[in-house]
Formats: sequence, structure tokens, C-alpha cells
Amino acid sequence: MFTGASQFALVGVLGAGGGALAAIVTALLLGARNSLYALSLRPYLATNRPARWWNVLGRAQLTIDESTAMAIRYSPGSRQARHAFLATGLSVFVLWNIGTLIGALGAAALEDPRTLGLDAAVPAGFIALLWPRLRDRNMIALAIVSAAVATALVPILQPGLPVLSAALVALIAERLLARRAP
Amino acid sequence: MIWPAVIIGSLGAYLLKVSGYVIPERVLENDRLKRLTAMLPVALLAALVAVQTFSVGTALAVDARMAGVAAAIVALVLRAPFLVVVVVAAITAAVLRGLGLAA
Repeated sequence: MFTGASQFALVGVLGAGGGALAAIVTALLLGARNSLYALSLRPYLATNRPARWWNVLGRAQLTIDESTAMAIRYSPGSRQARHAFLATGLSVFVLWNIGTLIGALGAAALEDPRTLGLDAAVPAGFIALLWPRLRDRNMIALAIVSAAVATALVPILQPGLPVLSAALVALIAERLLARRAP
Repeated sequence: MIWPAVIIGSLGAYLLKVSGYVIPERVLENDRLKRLTAMLPVALLAALVAVQTFSVGTALAVDARMAGVAAAIVALVLRAPFLVVVVVAAITAAVLRGLGLAA
């Protein structure tokens, strides 16, 4: 899985005792944005020749927040855009997976991750991913309501489901927003 | 159930990316879909922050994790990079526990 927020979410939900299905759905809802990144990247990565299927499959794997952000700084169809996309995507891919491997090996050597405060590092990682997305008042309100609803549901629902309730909050918020500003 | 979840989740995440390259543009060119895909990460990440900070299984608890997250927010306001934010949170929680000031 090469899309950071989804990887963290999958592990976070499973680690908190949530079911596999809840973990997968949460990860995929978080990863849905990559689909739209791919859509907006199409003209930037286009060349004179039609893309071959292995190009598409390779680009798909490297389509993440970082590679998209770097590619769209250049003009659509330019060599710079393709190079920025590839260079960013590949370097994040390599470093990310080295990091995951170190984490997997390191975790086996730990006795109690709480002593090192690693259980606090998990929500800190999520809030660091969330922070740059809080661009306007609507997003801040959505984040606060989602956090409150999920917390309130913790004692009531099975682990994993309180987080998923945020997807419902987002659906309702989108409808409210659409009604206010058509 | 961990490896099946990892493999199915990974495959699904990859197929979502491929879909953006192969599905006809007009299907994805949809304002509602665009708004929703921007809002879903905000809602889900906020919920993950809250649940990972305050839950112990199906119980709620206030412990050193909250102090860690508060420290992380301070680091974010000071524009610290991702790794610094995470390390600051871990150190804060570890120190409070080490001193016996928080569970």
C-alpha cells in the first residue's frame, strides 16, 4: 500500500482492535482522493504517443499527494512535469518503504511501545496529515464535528466503526455545503 | 486477519489510482465527487486523531497521549516538519509517564 494516510489508518484501526473490513474501508475512503489526483495528472503526464498499459500501471502506483503536487507546478505535457512526477514518486516510494521496513523490524525489538510514547506518536502522525487540509472554516468545522462524533461513539460501537462514522459526517456535510452554495 | 486486510487494502488502494487513469474523464468530472474526496480525508483523519488519542478499546481515557497530541499541535503551529511533530508527541508522552505524571 503506497498512500501514507491509508497505510496509517489501516494499521491504526487494526491495532485498536477494529475488524479487517472496517480497516479496509477506512483506508480506501482515505485513498479515494488518489483517483482524482490521477485524473488531474492525465494532461500533465501526456506525451505525443498514447500511453502504454505498463506506463499507466507504473504511474498509478506513484500517484500520491507529493508526486501530484510536484508535477502540477509545471506545464501540462511538459518533460519537466513528467520528470518531477517520476523523481518525487520514486524517491518517496523508496524512502517510504525503507521506513516501513525499519518500523516493522524495530517494533519486534520493543517491549512496551508506551514507554517510548509511541502510542502518542500515532495520533500525532494523523494530526500532522490533517493539518495542511484545514484550509478554511468549513474544513475546520468538519474536522471538529467528525472528531466529536467518533469520540462519542467509542463506548457504543465496535472498535473501527467510530472512525468510519466520520465518512457519514462527511457525506452529510457535503450535502449541507452543496445546499448553501450551489 | 492482518495480512488479508493488508493485501486487500493495498490492492484496493492501487485500483483506485488506476481508475483515475482509465475511467472516462466525464465520469469523474463531477463537483459532488470532487468536494467529497476533499472532505473525506479531513473527516476520517480527524476521527482517527480523536479515537487514537482518547480510546482504550471501547473505553474513553485521558492520558499522556493527550499531552503528546497537544505538543504536536504546538509543533504544527510552529511549522515543524512531519517527523519532528511525531517525535515531539512521543517524547512528551514518554517523559510524562517516566515522571509518573500521567498514565
